[in-house]
Amino acid sequence: MTLALAVDIGLALLVLAVAGWTIAVRDTFAAVIGFVAYGLLLALVWVRLAAPDVALTEAAVGSGLTGLLLLSASARLRHAKTSAAPPGPVLQWAAGALCILIAAGLAALVLLLPDPAPTLAPAAVAHLPATGLGNPVTGVLMVYRAIDTFLESVVLLPALLGVWSLASEGDWGGAPILRHPRPDGALTLMAQVLPPLGIIVGVYLCWNSADHPGGAFQGGAVLAAMWVLALLAGLVDAPPIRQRGLRVLLVAGAAVLLAVGLAGIGLAGAFLAYPEHYSKPLILAIEMALVLSIAVALALLVAGPPVRTPS
Amino acid sequence: MISTTTLFGLSSAVLIGLGLFGMIVDPQPLRKILAFNLLGGGVFLLFGVIARRGAGAGLGGDPVPQALVITGLVVAFAATALAVALLLRLFQATGQTALDEAPPPAPSVDP
Repeated sequence: MTLALAVDIGLALLVLAVAGWTIAVRDTFAAVIGFVAYGLLLALVWVRLAAPDVALTEAAVGSGLTGLLLLSASARLRHAKTSAAPPGPVLQWAAGALCILIAAGLAALVLLLPDPAPTLAPAAVAHLPATGLGNPVTGVLMVYRAIDTFLESVVLLPALLGVWSLASEGDWGGAPILRHPRPDGALTLMAQVLPPLGIIVGVYLCWNSADHPGGAFQGGAVLAAMWVLALLAGLVDAPPIRQRGLRVLLVAGAAVLLAVGLAGIGLAGAFLAYPEHYSKPLILAIEMALVLSIAVALALLVAGPPVRTPS
Repeated sequence: MISTTTLFGLSSAVLIGLGLFGMIVDPQPLRKILAFNLLGGGVFLLFGVIARRGAGAGLGGDPVPQALVITGLVVAFAATALAVALLLRLFQATGQTALDEAPPPAPSVDP
């Protein structure tokens, strides 16, 4: 057994152990901490699967932002009565049998995967020089499957609208509050020291994604985390959601992508096609608009519905 | 000898089973949301295994499924944020965190 395989086996066992603990542990707060650890371990697995772009997203979005969201929710629900009883033993056993059946079916599928595996890697690489990009994942996101990226940048907006629409009567147009009830020295210090570095990392991840791992989603998630940190420490206040500048910023990414896509019909013969020789600057412009919109949308999704009555 | 992709592929199958079990059995909605995300992590990992198996042309993996997972992670986060907001609003409005309980005798007026 090689050393790399030994590390992989250890990593897989660790992921499964943390996942099992997260499901089994009684205390919800502990389960959320377990989930954050699970996400970070999964990011390591993604590195082992030669997918650094996904590893960055998993660490930033899957573990970081989702963990933060669940943490603040578990803190708010701490004193909620948990009177709902777990299902009876028969249903538990039935659920367990069903889950084992599904897991076994998937495991069989994994063992029976076709060999050699079907792949689009050669096709993705063959056309990459024409796009001016060096990172094939960015090529898929911004060129080959730009329609997915467009729809994804749009889907964040109805999700945010859904969260906002849960505001109480009279709070619509106000500002969400995401302040820690008792921000202490450590949180304040971190919120003062980390954002300058985090903003550089976020912009770097996006700017450099043409040739290196990263992209608008990873960069946007890091920028969002920095804003959320400052909000938590009470150093800044969230803007009222009726603010026009905020709304423009939220739709900027999707709007720029749509505008370039529509221009592509005239200039390059297809929706979301880039005119030859201009693809790289156009992609960078789209990503810069996207990173801002994504950062604002993700942070506001964490912040929740507005609660302050507009003055 | 087991390969890295088979190892993580089998792990993803177990993670999906675990997440589904937690989602069905745990009565607390927040734990259901958490288990759903754990299940999602397993599904994404299965995608990653299939991407890794498609390595070729000098790449460590097929970039198409990798890009799909990046899209999926962000959408999963947006859905989770909406679910958490719904749950917190339910708690704020009724003092309950479960749907199948009897409503309180005098529901609090919307603040």
